[in-house]
Amino acid sequence: MLNKAPAAPNAVEFADLTLGYGSHPAVHHLSGGVRRGSLTAIVGSNGSGKSTLLKGLVGILKPMSGAISMAAGQRLAYLPQQSELDRSFPARVLDLVALGLWSRRGLFGRHSKDDKARLMTALSAVGLEGFEDRAIDTLSGGQLQRALFARVLVQDADFILLDEPFNAIDAKTVADLIALIGRWHGESRTVMVVVHDLELVRQHFPDALLLARAPVAWGKTGDVLHPENLLKARNFREPWDDSAPWCGGPNAGHDHDHDHDHIHDHQHHRQRDHGHHHGHAAHHHAQEDVSAPPHQVQA
Amino acid sequence: MTGPFSLLVEPFAAYPFMARALGGAMLLALAACPVGVFLMLRRMSLTGDAMAHAILPGAAAGFLLFGLDIVPMTLGGLVAGVVVALAAGLVSRLTVQREDASLAAFYLISLALGVMLVSMRGSAVDLMHVLFGSVLALNDEALMLIGVIVALTLGALFAFWRALVAECMDPLFLRSVSRLGTPVHFLFLGLVVLNLVGGFIALGTLLAVGLMMLPAAAARFWTSRVETMCLVATGIGMAACYAGLLLSFHASLPSGPAIILVAGLAYFISLLAGPRGVVRQRALPHRHRVA
Repeated sequence: MLNKAPAAPNAVEFADLTLGYGSHPAVHHLSGGVRRGSLTAIVGSNGSGKSTLLKGLVGILKPMSGAISMAAGQRLAYLPQQSELDRSFPARVLDLVALGLWSRRGLFGRHSKDDKARLMTALSAVGLEGFEDRAIDTLSGGQLQRALFARVLVQDADFILLDEPFNAIDAKTVADLIALIGRWHGESRTVMVVVHDLELVRQHFPDALLLARAPVAWGKTGDVLHPENLLKARNFREPWDDSAPWCGGPNAGHDHDHDHDHIHDHQHHRQRDHGHHHGHAAHHHAQEDVSAPPHQVQA
Repeated sequence: MTGPFSLLVEPFAAYPFMARALGGAMLLALAACPVGVFLMLRRMSLTGDAMAHAILPGAAAGFLLFGLDIVPMTLGGLVAGVVVALAAGLVSRLTVQREDASLAAFYLISLALGVMLVSMRGSAVDLMHVLFGSVLALNDEALMLIGVIVALTLGALFAFWRALVAECMDPLFLRSVSRLGTPVHFLFLGLVVLNLVGGFIALGTLLAVGLMMLPAAAARFWTSRVETMCLVATGIGMAACYAGLLLSFHASLPSGPAIILVAGLAYFISLLAGPRGVVRQRALPHRHRVA
């Protein structure tokens, strides 16, 4: 994710970002930027911080330290993991997809004729024509995921975040959904997708971010999914450790410096910061560093 | 003397206390039943019961200070309910404890306080009154209070409908598009308390939950849309109020339990006969389609 081309400003910048729960980091010291219009797969084992990163991006989770800077004026669409949805809720497919109108209509705005047409177009784009009045508890997993993609379509966002959209989804549906993602990419929307299937990532995602709490590699997919990186990510220990030592600060204990050199290259390039990591962190995030609670390093 | 008019209408036409009881109970059903539907859909059906217990010390404090006067007892109940709801919600958001556990802790403390307060001055009869209310003794003040509660509840439900539905169906999604998630949760708990307090005047703290939950639970078997479910629940609630009061009048039964038992009967009928009930879903051997 080198930002060598000055013409493509980033959709979002992470500055030494640590996100987590309690005193335990789930995303540890992540720095870098996501190019506007890029299509990035976020990969890594369970507990490596993928979903947490998306929650941070959406603003559901506040950084423990560091910062996330979104470019102004972007509309965000977020698709949480399917397990977060209450499938037994008594609603029609149309009601579920209509939630996507929220950014346009908010709490009070009436849904117009155009909105209804937009919903129907979205449903037909995901292959669910005629399903609008079906109760969501009668949908198969694949149909539900199609409906959720229709909701993302309705949101008409510049920045799209999808959390494990292909889990337990059949091959045909995955192919259709991948095609939709490709279409969004073609429309220069920024897309980040948490994916487990590395083959899928190699085939369809130009960029990848490999997480193991700390970033292991980030850049062109071919480079990121290098066996050496994958081995590093696999050696990551998932369970948090209550006896883990306290992290000395945003850049202390950087045993992974060498793992994502290019990320820091990028930081230096962008910020023209000639000091080492300690320099830019102290410079840009003195406030967060002072107020942030200490967190434990793990593994 | 035993024509349909004298059987079904005359009790309310001839006796003002019956007309008041019907009006008050119908109003309550109008607001409490949709609230009950959302409680059920959020898997918080038992929360209503816990909150009803939590209201007791406030009502008891009002009773201790002002005697059997509806306004102080109601306001006291409201304060106690809101304090318990907020405390339970905050504990669950700030600590590892889930809301069901913190709510259990707070409502039990609250209930014990309430019983102790009542026994310090009142008698067992007074306690019975607080616990079981008296729909036949609704005065103008009480009716007015119920009216205000209903207006507030329906207004809030209409205004925040979209957020309530989103918060139930896909809370993480709501948090990604709006900051309303947490406020709506607390607003909703506020509505629960408000309606239980309204119900406690007429039905007592314990049976107020019945009018909230039984029609909602029954409506679940009839429809798979939340809008219709609220309407069906309200219809069942109102019908139960009417039929319960009639039953109570003709058979000289206590009115609160009669209303709730009729609602319970509606629940059993729905459970058996509703399109999503046990008979249609399980017992009838049905043909299947090819797709």
